[in-house]
Amino acid sequence: MALPSGARALPAPAAVARRTLADRDDVLARLLLAPALVYVIALVAVPFVLAIVLSFTAATAGSLELSWVGLRNFLTILSDPQFHRALQNTLVFTLVSQVLVIVLAVTAAHVLQAAFLGRRAVRFLLLLPWAAPVSLATMAWTWIFDSTFSVVNWTLRFLRLTQDWYYWFGDPTLAMIAIITVHVWRMFPFATVVTLAGLASLPHEITEAAVVDGASFWRRLAEINLPLLLPIVTVAVLFGVVFTSTDLGVVYLLTRGGPYNSTHVLASLAFQRGILGANLGQGAAVALFLLPVLVVVAAGMLRTARRAEVGT
Amino acid sequence: MGPVAYVETRGLRKQFGEVRAVDGVDLAVFEGELLVLLGPSGCGKTTLMRMIAGLEVPTAGEIYIGGQLMDADVPPRARGIAMVFQSYALYPHKTAFQNIAFPLEALRTPPATIRERVHEAARKFGLEHLLPRRPRQLSGGERQRVALSRAVVRDPKVFLFDEPLSNLDAQLRAIARYELKEFQRQIGTTTIYVTHDQMEAMGLGDRIAVMDKGKIRQIGAPQAVYDYPADVFVATFLGSPPMNLVEWTDGTLLGFRPEAFLPRDAVPPGEDVETFRFRVRQIEHLGASRLLYGALEDRPAAARTVIADLPATVTVAIAEGEVYPFVVPRRALRYFDARTGLARTRGPA
Repeated sequence: MALPSGARALPAPAAVARRTLADRDDVLARLLLAPALVYVIALVAVPFVLAIVLSFTAATAGSLELSWVGLRNFLTILSDPQFHRALQNTLVFTLVSQVLVIVLAVTAAHVLQAAFLGRRAVRFLLLLPWAAPVSLATMAWTWIFDSTFSVVNWTLRFLRLTQDWYYWFGDPTLAMIAIITVHVWRMFPFATVVTLAGLASLPHEITEAAVVDGASFWRRLAEINLPLLLPIVTVAVLFGVVFTSTDLGVVYLLTRGGPYNSTHVLASLAFQRGILGANLGQGAAVALFLLPVLVVVAAGMLRTARRAEVGT
Repeated sequence: MGPVAYVETRGLRKQFGEVRAVDGVDLAVFEGELLVLLGPSGCGKTTLMRMIAGLEVPTAGEIYIGGQLMDADVPPRARGIAMVFQSYALYPHKTAFQNIAFPLEALRTPPATIRERVHEAARKFGLEHLLPRRPRQLSGGERQRVALSRAVVRDPKVFLFDEPLSNLDAQLRAIARYELKEFQRQIGTTTIYVTHDQMEAMGLGDRIAVMDKGKIRQIGAPQAVYDYPADVFVATFLGSPPMNLVEWTDGTLLGFRPEAFLPRDAVPPGEDVETFRFRVRQIEHLGASRLLYGALEDRPAAARTVIADLPATVTVAIAEGEVYPFVVPRRALRYFDARTGLARTRGPA
C-alpha cells in the first residue's frame, strides 16, 4: 500500500510480547482447581457413592463381595428398636443443644458487644472450645463427669445444691444431659462469634432509633435485633444442626452409646454396626438415613436466610 | 398548641479521649423555632445533638428540656424527643405501618388508638397507600416521609434532625427542604436540625448556629450571620464561593462577598464604593452567573485569589488576562482582626 505523500513510514515494530501461561485464565483456572477437585472426588464423592452402594448390599468387613439385597438393610433397621432409639436421640440432642446454643450465643454476643475491660481476652477464651480437637476435649469431659471424681458433683455439693452423688454415665437421662452439655459447649463459641458479627453489622442508627422511639431492651431484642439477626443466626443453626446430628466423637468417647445402648445416635450406631459389628451394609444404611432429612433442613434454612430482609 | 418546651445547654462538653468533640456550648433553642446547627464534619454538631437526645452522656455541663434538667439518668424515651436519622433508620423488616406504630407500641398504646394515630400521621404526609410496604419498596423521599411520620406520631416536644436530606439527590432535596419547613411551621414543634450544607441551613433555619472545633462561633438569623460574620471562619464557611479576604492594613483583613464585587459600570453611580484594579485570570460560565478568578493589582502582597460572582444580568464584556476596575459598595465591606480572626465593628485599626 502506498503511503500518502508527506507521511513517513513508522519505525519497524519491536517484537511484541506473546502471552504466557500466566496470562491464560482459562488454562490456569483448570490447572489450579484440579487438586481441589481430585481431593473432593477421592475423599468425599467416592466414599459417599460407596456408602450408598454398600447400603443396598450385604457387604461385611473383610469381604469385598457386593451382593445386592435391595432395601433389606433399610427394612431391618426400620424395625429395630435400637435404631429407633438412636434416631430419637439424634433428634433430641440436635434440637435441645441448638436451642440452648442459640439462647446462649445471643446472650453472649450482646454481652461481648458492650465495651468492658478485658473484652478481647474474653473473646479469645470463648473461641477455645471451638479450636480444641473434639476428641481431646471430650476426654476431658469424661473426667468432669467421672463416676468417682466428677467435679460437677463436687461443685453441686459444695454449693449445697444437692447431697446426692450422680453417676452421669450410669443413668440414661443423666448421660443424655452430659452429651447435650458437651455439644452445647462445643457449638456455642462458633454460634456466638457468628451472632456477634451479625450484631456488629446491624446499622447503628436503627438500634438508636429504637432507643429514641422508647423501646425497652426486651422489645428492642424481640422486635428489632432478633428479626434482623435471623439470617445470620440461621447460618449458625444450620452449621450446628449438621455438626451435632452427624457427630460421632462426643457420644462415642463419652458413653460409647451406653448405658445399655440408650444414648446411641445414628453416627455411633452406624460405627458400631458397620465397623465394630462388621455389618457394612447395615452400617451404611444407618449412616445414610438422616441424609435426606439434612438436605431438606439445609435447603429450608438457606431459603429462610435468603428471604429475610436485611438492610434498607 | 400542644405542650411545647425549649431546649437549653449550659457549658456542655464532650470529650472522646483527647478530643474535645463539644467544647463548652451554651445554647438556647426557643419554643417552636427551627434552629440549625451548621458546621463542617467533625465540628461536634452531631455529638451535641446526640447529647440532647440522650444517646451520648456529656462529660460536663447541663441540658434542660422544658426547664427540666436532663441528666444521665433521664433516658432518651423520657425526654419527649423524636429523632430523624441521616439514613432514616427505618426498621427494614417492618412495614411502613409497623414502623410508624413502633413508638406507640413502646408506650403500650391500645391497638385501636395506634391504628387511628398511624393513619392520621400517614395522611399528613400523603403516605396512606404506602402503609403496607416495606422500606426497601419505597423511594428515598417516601422513606423520609415514613421517618417523619414515625417521629410525629407520639407528639414529641422536640424534634431532632440529623442531616435527613443528605441521602436525597439534589433535585429532590430542594422540594424535601420546602416540605420539611412547611411541616415544621404547621406543627410548630421546637426543632434542632444538624447539617453541613449551608444552603440547607440558610433555607431552613429560623436561626442558625455555626459550629467549629466543638464551639459555637456565631448564632443568629441566617441573613444576619451571612451579612455580618462574627469571624473569618464563619465568613469563609458560609457562602459559595466564600467571602474574599485580603490583607488590608497592618493587622486587618478586608472581607467582601463575591456577589458584591462588581465591574464599576455595573454599579449605580451614586453608590459609595471602594475601587480595586482586578486582574482576571480565569472565567467560569455557570449559566445564571459568571465566576471570575483573579487577583487585586494594587496589592501584590495579597496574593490570595479573589473571586467575583457576576449575575447573568451584568453583561459587561470581560476577557481573561485583562485588568478591569472593580468596586465594592462600602456598606458591603467587612473588617477582621488578622490575628484573632474576629470581626471588627468599625473599619481598619
